[in-house]
Amino acid sequence: MNATKVSGRKQPLFYRLPVISHFRSSVGLQRGMLVTGMVLAAVFLLVAVFAPWIAPYGFAQLSDAAGPFPTQQPPSPAHIWGTTVGGYDVYSRVLWGAQTAAVVIIVAVAMSIFLGVALGLVSGYFGGWLDRLLVVIADAIYAFPSLLLAIVMSIVISHGQSSFWGGIVACSISISVVFVPQYFRVIRAETIRLKAEPYVESAKVVGASSIRIMGRHIFKNATRTLPLIFTLNASEAILTLAGLGFLGFGIEPTSAAEWGYDLNKAIADASSGIWWTGVYPGTAIVLTVLGLTLVGESINDLNDPRLRGRKKAVAGKGGPDSTAGAQSALEAESRVL
Amino acid sequence: MTTLTEAPLNDADGLLPSKKKSSGGGLGTYILVRFFLIIPTIFILVTLVFFLMRVIGDPITAAQGGRLPPEALAQRIHDAGYDRPILVQYLEYVGQVATGNFGTTITDRRPVVEMIITFGTATLELAINALIVALLVGIPLGLISAYKRDKAPDAVLRFFAILCYATPVFFAGLLMKLAFSVWLGWLPVAGRASTRTELAMGSLAAPTGIYWLDALRSGNMAAYGDVAAHSVLPALTLGLLTAGVFLRLVRTNVIGTLGKDYVEAGRSRGVSNYRLVTKHAYKPALIPIITVMGLQIALLLGGAVLTESTFEWKGLGYQLVQYLNARDFVAVQGIVVMLAVIVAVTNFIVDVVAALIDPRVRY
Repeated sequence: MNATKVSGRKQPLFYRLPVISHFRSSVGLQRGMLVTGMVLAAVFLLVAVFAPWIAPYGFAQLSDAAGPFPTQQPPSPAHIWGTTVGGYDVYSRVLWGAQTAAVVIIVAVAMSIFLGVALGLVSGYFGGWLDRLLVVIADAIYAFPSLLLAIVMSIVISHGQSSFWGGIVACSISISVVFVPQYFRVIRAETIRLKAEPYVESAKVVGASSIRIMGRHIFKNATRTLPLIFTLNASEAILTLAGLGFLGFGIEPTSAAEWGYDLNKAIADASSGIWWTGVYPGTAIVLTVLGLTLVGESINDLNDPRLRGRKKAVAGKGGPDSTAGAQSALEAESRVL
Repeated sequence: MTTLTEAPLNDADGLLPSKKKSSGGGLGTYILVRFFLIIPTIFILVTLVFFLMRVIGDPITAAQGGRLPPEALAQRIHDAGYDRPILVQYLEYVGQVATGNFGTTITDRRPVVEMIITFGTATLELAINALIVALLVGIPLGLISAYKRDKAPDAVLRFFAILCYATPVFFAGLLMKLAFSVWLGWLPVAGRASTRTELAMGSLAAPTGIYWLDALRSGNMAAYGDVAAHSVLPALTLGLLTAGVFLRLVRTNVIGTLGKDYVEAGRSRGVSNYRLVTKHAYKPALIPIITVMGLQIALLLGGAVLTESTFEWKGLGYQLVQYLNARDFVAVQGIVVMLAVIVAVTNFIVDVVAALIDPRVRY
């Protein structure tokens, strides 16, 4: 999207949207990765939205007109992915689980972006002791195993388990505690860089207030990397949510379907050869995370014009600048790792 | 689990003052400055964890509330000093932690330090096993990926790396259990060793708690085989999580060094591509890996908690979950602070090693 701005030709808004513009500028393997990721992410979102209509049963439903569900039953026409030890329908719970995951991702990432961006702007713009303090705290949190922090937070907020919205909010806050430092650092670094730009200086000279400068001049320029962090964090949020659920600090099974919780119960089943209770929710996690990660990685590659151009340079087979291009591209990529 | 977003943030800003301030001071000053930077990190985490855990009330009510009559509960709270102002308690706790005293657990009344040492050895063993797997899998595959860059093997391996990241450890563990323990019947389902082996090793004079060593010392080959069989699946599960990160890292760095002038020079003299990768580009590419290994420790410990729960591997992570469920927050606080110390110290060691290998880091 930067490239289109620089070139001066204003393209229609649709083509400048993050993922669309990335798709248009991709080729070959990169386009394959992006498309695969987009398809997986789209399926995830569709299932999340339409779970109440697709799922044959409720996520906590234990019986229907034909009587109570059998427990630990292998896949059959009535329960196409079998039933769990508690008598839940695996297929329905996997579908409903997408909804829980999607809601948690949205709440968690929205909260972290809001807090992280606000703190990063203030910290980077004003500097001073507040900045130092925030940086040290963010560093300390950043170095710590994120799952442990999320566990501690979830105990503090909900004493372990709670209702649907209570659980969702508790999980989201726990996850966002881990993410806030990441947004904070990125935005802070960008803000410090942008603070020295002439247009900020001139805004100051004209007499614009600090809030206006931050909100209007720095914010828009500092947040260009956010779509990338968003997609990578979304996948991380799913893994953290599943980890919390797996350890028993997630959402109660009667309040919402959660893949991590189901996998926890499935570990015991696995020892006796019952595979369907674990394989389906687990695969759902893997595919969702895979989809979001592929989208994130592709956006990252495509955001960097040098990395994007690499395919063509390599296709040209070893011209003098192919190595130089690849070299700088790799430096860009190594930053991601 | 902060794998993929780790590094861009890491060098996106000048947050490592030590590396700049100590310029010209040489290695000694660098190590010293870096060492003193650990203290605020640990201090902040201790403070954070302390106040977070106290927001929900005192540990004794949390653990015993409802089980004891109110008077007895109040008496115990008073005895333990939890009815004093929170700041007094905080200062006392910081003082205790500074002298290495983490208190006594509420549920089983053990000194927290002793408990951490007992279970910490199991976690250490798991982490080392996993790290070995990660290096054995990640580095060779990364080299292959770099060697076959942009060809089919490279695409497959890169996808494998993302898959390693995308699979939660407990799901990977579940699949391995199903495949190797249940269907093939090759390996045990859970635990660190069978009861008979544990008994055999329990008779040792001074058990280290690290089963590899204990089994060796007992001189019992059956015990050794048993310990080995039990550690394969947990090590693979946790190792593969990290292997994906190493694979990507080796690939990127080797490709990076392959573009350097001295490699070009070697190529122009007719050195084979294979030799260039394995001899010339490989070693310089290892330096960043050591740095990233430090960052992976946090990931590894987080993963260890999940792996231990999956395989009933009785280490710190497994125990942490037990104490959490028993609402024993003194023990939880102790374990969490201990892990924070481990992470901080490991990062310090990694930085020192990186400085020893690569003089550029110091300046």
